[in-house]
Amino acid sequence: MVAASVADDSTLIKRPNAFRRLLRRKGAVVGLCVVAIFVTIAILAPWLAPYDPIATNFLQVRKPPSSQYWMGTDEIGRDLMSRMIYGARASLQAGVISVAIAVCLGVPLGLLSGYCKGWVDSLMMRVVDALLACPFLILAIAMAAFLGPSLTNAMIAIGLTAMPIFIRLVRGQVLAVTVEDYVEAARALGNPHLRIAIRHVLPNVVAVVLVHSTLAIAQATLAEAALSFLGLGQQPPAPSWGSMLNVARQFISQAPWMAWWPGLAIATVVLAFNLLGDGLRDALDPKES
Amino acid sequence: MLTYIVRRILISIPTIVFVSIVVFGLQLLLPGDPALALAGEERDPAVIAELRRVYHLDEPIWKQYLIWVGNVLQGDLGESIRLKLPVGDLVTAKLPVTMQLASMAILIAICIGIPMGIISAVKKETPLDYAANVVALSGISVPSFWLGIMMILLFSVHLGWLPASGFVKPTESLSQNLQTMIMPAFVLSSVTTAIFMRHTRSAMLAVLRSDYVRTARAKGLREPRVIFRHALRNAIIPVVTLGAIQLGELMSGAVLTEQIFTIPGFGKLIVDAVFNRDYAVVQGVVLCTATGFIFLNLCADLIYFLVNPRMRG
Repeated sequence: MVAASVADDSTLIKRPNAFRRLLRRKGAVVGLCVVAIFVTIAILAPWLAPYDPIATNFLQVRKPPSSQYWMGTDEIGRDLMSRMIYGARASLQAGVISVAIAVCLGVPLGLLSGYCKGWVDSLMMRVVDALLACPFLILAIAMAAFLGPSLTNAMIAIGLTAMPIFIRLVRGQVLAVTVEDYVEAARALGNPHLRIAIRHVLPNVVAVVLVHSTLAIAQATLAEAALSFLGLGQQPPAPSWGSMLNVARQFISQAPWMAWWPGLAIATVVLAFNLLGDGLRDALDPKES
Repeated sequence: MLTYIVRRILISIPTIVFVSIVVFGLQLLLPGDPALALAGEERDPAVIAELRRVYHLDEPIWKQYLIWVGNVLQGDLGESIRLKLPVGDLVTAKLPVTMQLASMAILIAICIGIPMGIISAVKKETPLDYAANVVALSGISVPSFWLGIMMILLFSVHLGWLPASGFVKPTESLSQNLQTMIMPAFVLSSVTTAIFMRHTRSAMLAVLRSDYVRTARAKGLREPRVIFRHALRNAIIPVVTLGAIQLGELMSGAVLTEQIFTIPGFGKLIVDAVFNRDYAVVQGVVLCTATGFIFLNLCADLIYFLVNPRMRG
């Protein structure tokens, strides 16, 4: 009990410091603002989009950016700006949900592996090694291929592919934490294993998971765009930045603007999550405090 | 040393076994009956029954796995449904193309990333350092398939300097081969260049702060000699091992690059197989890539062991 209250108090003391340290980093603040802007755009898409993103207009085919169509139109006259706004939903949703899948599966498994040790740990680590040996994108493509092309399946494939790193990360952290005195004290007080794992070990893993999740969202957003670009993610006519780029490739000489916006948006979001992740890592690093 | 190498090779064996289970397990993700998926449009019960027999789908799953592994160990990765060719032959035919692309990409990454990392560390917190960091962050964030499209737009459509797509074998014409491969290799190298730059920078910064570098400077050695003879030789060790691992990553990245530039390599093989529901090819490519990746990781560890005197003790 004493150990728990000490841990809780230290968490309470650290949190505002870490947030203040995060706000002192210009890169992280820029990243946070950009992410917030894109999230707002994704949420308010129905109100922000000037046109229906899937409505075709064959009188306005491949029009360059103008006052009427700020980002131009695509090969069947759809407004690119509206598709970009709705595309933000698919991309951010894919990034967040796939990482949520990876966290929900990876954290408990990593906790189990690091806490149980022995043959459970050895077996799980061999499986993790095997999964990490398969290159991320190739495994995601293979999974998406077997599951069938759709945004949901792409998210599942990316989530499952991103999971082993979380298992490895959490397991390493758990191994370091379980030898600490307060965990020994909690054990000596007769706390059951599940309580020790959840109340005393898990809170010490949260910071690492939070930092890696932010960086993993960047990677997952890129992976979703890549799968949609290959035709394995979001299916037409629903908009996604990756699938928009796939179509734009075929009209690159006639309508280059079709390729500008989705690529810029992907790069901006990925860069923002990377900056935020780097900032969080520095802010939550005890050596920095 | 021999003990370390043997131990490291032995550790790789269970990983390869688990990789084979993962690759075999992929077919369990197929929704519904795998025989129906393999049959495609065909709905004749006799054909489906024959497929079930040929692919041992009526056997228990563990037996199917053992049959599959037995065949793989004999070099039989199955047959492509679409091309009616052994998967092993297809992989062997496509692998050199991707290997050339990945090798060119890693060469470009070394030539740009490492010097950029050195300059960035030596000129820390100057405009040069900031510029190098911006380039590195962009390399990690910009999607390679978009970079590829933009480069086609600039170098092929506007300037007309390089072909937008296609592939010429180096045995047919080396110059044409290089012309078709240089742009894809540059696109593929973008992430690796950024990773090399960031690792070289942090390794150089750590080494430049060390006592022996301070001693070298105190002895009156000229700065280039301190940087290249004393600092870089130690800082480069983790970067060398990273190179071997990155080669594996490049094989994965080649999937997109080959798709954009229509290069008939390993990546295009898997994408075409995915759309033709040619599952044996998908499994074959994943298995070969993962095995190659494990081999490259093994090489990285061995290189680290060989180039780091402290590891040899």
